[in-house]
Amino acid sequence: MALVAENISLYLSGFNILRNINLSISAGKVTAIVGPNGAGKSTLIKVLSGDILPTSGGVLLNDKKLDRWPLEQRAKTMSVLPQHSSLDFPFTASEVVSLGRIPHQTGVQKDNEIVKEALDLVDASYLKSRFFTQMSGGEKQRVQLARVLAQIWEKEVYGEQFLVLDEPTASLDLSHQMLTVKVVTDLAKQGVGVVMVIHDLNLAASCADHIVVFDKGIIAATGQPDQVLNQELIGKVFGINPVIISHPNTGKPLVFS
Amino acid sequence: MRGLTASALSKLLWVLLPIVVLAALSVGTIDIPVSAIIQRTMNLVLGQAGAPIKDDYLSAVIFDIRLPRIILAFLVGAILAISGAVMQGLFRNPLAAPSLIGVSSGASVGASVVIVFAGSMLQFHSIIGLSLVACGAFIGSFLVTLFVYRLSTSTLGTSVTTMLLTGLAVSALAGALNSLLSYFADNEMLRQISIWQMGNLSTANWSRVIIIGAVGLVVLVLFPRDSKALNALLLGESEARHLGIDVQKVKRRLIILTTLGVGVSVAIAGMIGFVGLVVPHIVRLLIGPDHRSLLPVSALAGGILLVIADTVARVIISPTELPTGILTALLGAPLFILLLTHQRKASTIWP
Repeated sequence: MALVAENISLYLSGFNILRNINLSISAGKVTAIVGPNGAGKSTLIKVLSGDILPTSGGVLLNDKKLDRWPLEQRAKTMSVLPQHSSLDFPFTASEVVSLGRIPHQTGVQKDNEIVKEALDLVDASYLKSRFFTQMSGGEKQRVQLARVLAQIWEKEVYGEQFLVLDEPTASLDLSHQMLTVKVVTDLAKQGVGVVMVIHDLNLAASCADHIVVFDKGIIAATGQPDQVLNQELIGKVFGINPVIISHPNTGKPLVFS
Repeated sequence: MRGLTASALSKLLWVLLPIVVLAALSVGTIDIPVSAIIQRTMNLVLGQAGAPIKDDYLSAVIFDIRLPRIILAFLVGAILAISGAVMQGLFRNPLAAPSLIGVSSGASVGASVVIVFAGSMLQFHSIIGLSLVACGAFIGSFLVTLFVYRLSTSTLGTSVTTMLLTGLAVSALAGALNSLLSYFADNEMLRQISIWQMGNLSTANWSRVIIIGAVGLVVLVLFPRDSKALNALLLGESEARHLGIDVQKVKRRLIILTTLGVGVSVAIAGMIGFVGLVVPHIVRLLIGPDHRSLLPVSALAGGILLVIADTVARVIISPTELPTGILTALLGAPLFILLLTHQRKASTIWP
């Protein structure tokens, strides 16, 4: 089962934001969406998560049209981390993460355990009693990540689960970028389908099973990192003259501009 | 750190409530000792157990004048405060108030229309214990809110930002209409309009208590059921949807309930300012933004606060009394300014 975009097009104010996108996010895999600014990556994420209805085409979640899903069942099946989260009310980190348990009826005690473990997982336990409004950008991002993880913490009966992330590493330092990558790949190993927009090509190469290169509203290339990250394609899409070598330890491609 | 836990503040307020009510029953143009209040309550509850007192004017003062007024004040304060807390959550703005969606300005125009065009009939007509002015105010508040809601709702759902701006524009329009009506009103009408706008609980009687009690029951029971949805909404509307909340349904339900609660409160008590804005704001500062405790505690605190304010309004220039709305504004506005400056100071430390 999968999260599938079927021939999606989106026109907004006379612009073709997305053009005939066909994409399948497999359960148990990490799919990274890369591309230059304004390519339509975040818009695609919003269509995949049901925030924007496409002009034509549709999204299937586990073989069922996205808008046919009852909202609560969908929330237990798919968890979404948006690019910007503006929360101006002084919730503590624990309270923010516990919001991820809203769709579930597992009881306070169970929820508190999950909240604690989720905060541990993203190295944010020390924030548990701090106010969200007083955290740094990277701390906020990790707490929000813990929230969407808590939302799909346990397997549900509605099919494979999916995690949709829009730039989860944008304001993180190096070690927390690595931590996020590890959390995401571990989750995929447990069977969750992960799709994320990411700017750092090397980070994408290090963790993704599939990379989707997005450019001007269409998919320019898709495949495994070493197939996609070649000099010609990256040079054309990003308008640079890159140097691509092999990582000495992992063998994954490394891109230098 | 937060000032208090929710349960501690809640307990404190529940202890405070009977004390405030007893004090409010006791003081006034004539002071009634607490022992007399307790004795007459016992008489009433236990039937003829105590010795009957002939032509007991104290009983009349306690049960026909002060008690309905205290209950009315409590219910109006509770409804205004809980509606304010809900609006602040829905608009994701800690400075929002129920009046934002046009309820109060609509009520004000409705009342003025009735006073100016039906002035001669005012003394003689009433519908189920409500004066024509109150009915006009309620209809006005409902129509204006409906208008604001319609303007802000498209096929994509209701935009709270548009609603905020529309509410602002419509309130300005209502203000102009009000001025126009005042311009054509004679002296007696002008006096009535301005007294209505000051907010007054002195018209309390049992039939009004029953009306606001029924509305209060609906609002106070139904609002807390959306506490989790409101918590999720603080993250943003699409985030709430991803958490399984039917955002459009929740918004519509909360706006209808707010219009009902605030509309009836304003119709019966006139404009009581700042309770809906300041009370939830202070309660949130003390116990945090979790609506599961914020809503009930705000209702309780708002009710107690309005009973206190109304009691002070009754006795401060005894034997006459101040309109309650003046007092809440006098107390509320400086408090609000204090909060704002405090917040600005806090935000310079934590940008």
